[in-house]
Amino acid sequence: MTVRLPAPLRTPIGQAALAFAVAIALPFIGHNGGFTNFLADAGAFVLLALGLNIVVGFAGLLDLGYAAFFAIGSYAFAMLASPQFGIHLPFWVLLFVASGIAAVFGILLGAPTLRLRGDYLAIVTLGFGEIVPQTFLNLAQWTGGPNGIGSLDQPTIGSYKFGFDALPYYFMVLGLIALAVWLANNMRASRLGRAWMAIREDELAAAHMGINTTATKLAAFAMGASFSGLAGCALASKLQLVSPDQFGFNVSVFILAMLVLGGMGNIPGVIVGSLILSALERFILPQGTNFLHGLGFTSVDLSNSRFLIYGVILVMMMLFRPEGLIPSRQRKAELHAADDDATVAAHEQTLYTEAVR
Amino acid sequence: MDVFLQQLINGLSLGGIYALIALGYTMVYGIIELINFAHGDVYTLGTFFSLAILTLLGVTGVVTGPALILVVAVTIIGAMILCGLTGVIIERLAYRRLRNAPKLAPLITAIGMSFILENLMLYWRGPSPVSFPAVIPNPDVVLGSVTIQTKQIMVIVLAIVLMLVLQVFVYNTKLGKAMRATAQDKDAAQLMGININTTIALTFLIGSALAGAAGFVSGVYYGSTWFLNGFAAGLKAFTAAVLGGIGNLAGAMLGGFLIGLTEAMTTQFISDQWSNVVVFTVLVLVLIFRPSGLLGESLPNKV
Repeated sequence: MTVRLPAPLRTPIGQAALAFAVAIALPFIGHNGGFTNFLADAGAFVLLALGLNIVVGFAGLLDLGYAAFFAIGSYAFAMLASPQFGIHLPFWVLLFVASGIAAVFGILLGAPTLRLRGDYLAIVTLGFGEIVPQTFLNLAQWTGGPNGIGSLDQPTIGSYKFGFDALPYYFMVLGLIALAVWLANNMRASRLGRAWMAIREDELAAAHMGINTTATKLAAFAMGASFSGLAGCALASKLQLVSPDQFGFNVSVFILAMLVLGGMGNIPGVIVGSLILSALERFILPQGTNFLHGLGFTSVDLSNSRFLIYGVILVMMMLFRPEGLIPSRQRKAELHAADDDATVAAHEQTLYTEAVR
Repeated sequence: MDVFLQQLINGLSLGGIYALIALGYTMVYGIIELINFAHGDVYTLGTFFSLAILTLLGVTGVVTGPALILVVAVTIIGAMILCGLTGVIIERLAYRRLRNAPKLAPLITAIGMSFILENLMLYWRGPSPVSFPAVIPNPDVVLGSVTIQTKQIMVIVLAIVLMLVLQVFVYNTKLGKAMRATAQDKDAAQLMGININTTIALTFLIGSALAGAAGFVSGVYYGSTWFLNGFAAGLKAFTAAVLGGIGNLAGAMLGGFLIGLTEAMTTQFISDQWSNVVVFTVLVLVLIFRPSGLLGESLPNKV
């Protein structure tokens, strides 16, 4: 038996609208400050995952230092909206300034490295992800060193101040996610998006079709980085603080695991993967730990295993379901092309053996 | 000048460690074109394995006389065997199935494997640095104002000896020839009767065993380690492999020593906070201006 959804919900737009409506209602169902706080943080990570998805999912470039752009966006906001230098630009302007600065760094890093083969790019971004937080740590006279920058400005709308309650931040993040989904979705179908996918499938062939591969890849890097600037502003203004330890390699891998789990290249998949991992970190592991403690395993703390779990997710998904839980059809076909080749080869082998016999 | 000479010695011994790790990166990259991100963690495992073996042997401090040679030999060989097996298991579990998959897939599993190894080591030895017994006695060789420690001599000699053995193995034995053939063209090698699965596993065995040796040496050299040690060391060793020309054994060695020197000089003349930044800048510059490395040949794009 198949359940037939009402007509408006059978279109992607209808489904997106439904998801958005549910997302607006969620904090009122929970009626719980901790839950709203979780939703706001998880939302910022959805934004990050959507940004990384452009680079890894759409353009097929493995960026292992995505947290560096997140750091740059956050610090850009922190320096321009805090007592650190006494500069207090309005939040809504900084949202665009910070994502612009992150995008510029995306281009600065990308320009020399994007001509490289894909695997070199991975290690260069890994190194970049390592040195950016370290640089913020070392330049203590500007960045506050290990303490970071605190008492950041809160967003305001007219005379309304966002304050310390998570709810307005959640709605802001939700708005940013809607913007990001709209942008990513439109880009995917655009000439640029199709060029990204052509490069992902076969860079050499794409270049022969007249695609300027370096410029196209740079665009992916800049776009992905700009999303992380948005997330950086949202999260930094909510936490009122940026510090170098928020942007380690673990964060880059956390976001990558969201993509791999949900489905690289597929926007709904990426959102779901991101929410699953955020929930895992905030609820499932602590609850599981409590449960095990109740059973008498008092020395177990599952929260310490979260990075182990991300590692296992990356390996297991790549081995057994590389297209993710909610795959895009095209990506699935690409990732299973090798299997098909193997099937064809096995078939030919059988034919050959029979013919020889 | 004295400071410079002293840092030259320090840099060469640091470089010996990076060179041994870089060999593993370059061999694996040469044969299956994969950056084995887990390799740096195999190196850290080497230190922990060595520590476990030393504990089994009851060694907690300086050993002297003939016992020293025995202890060092048993520990190094033990660490090499255990790390080599770890490498083979990693290849079998995580990489073999993905040999024909798009490039992104094995790179992502490599990152995943690295995370898994790091966290297993976290369970095993905890989050804080673990001290390593100073096995080697320390009658320093003093030349004028420059002091060379015995352990520094050991690092440099061991790195060069292992490198020579490897060179002989790869260029003068049948298995080495099989490895070179597989690196050139897997299909053709298979048609010539080479078992490429065994050959690739052998490559991981040797590369990881060298990381195991490096692990022991670094334990003795630094006197401590911790579970994330392999992350930065792996990045530097990979830089060394690229600098020398990836896929090229002598290049990895040369690159290792150069990166060691770079790090020592940065620490002395700038600040050790910036040594990672400088090494990484070297990586980017090499990739931009000479992606084939110092000794490598540039390869055309394969279609």
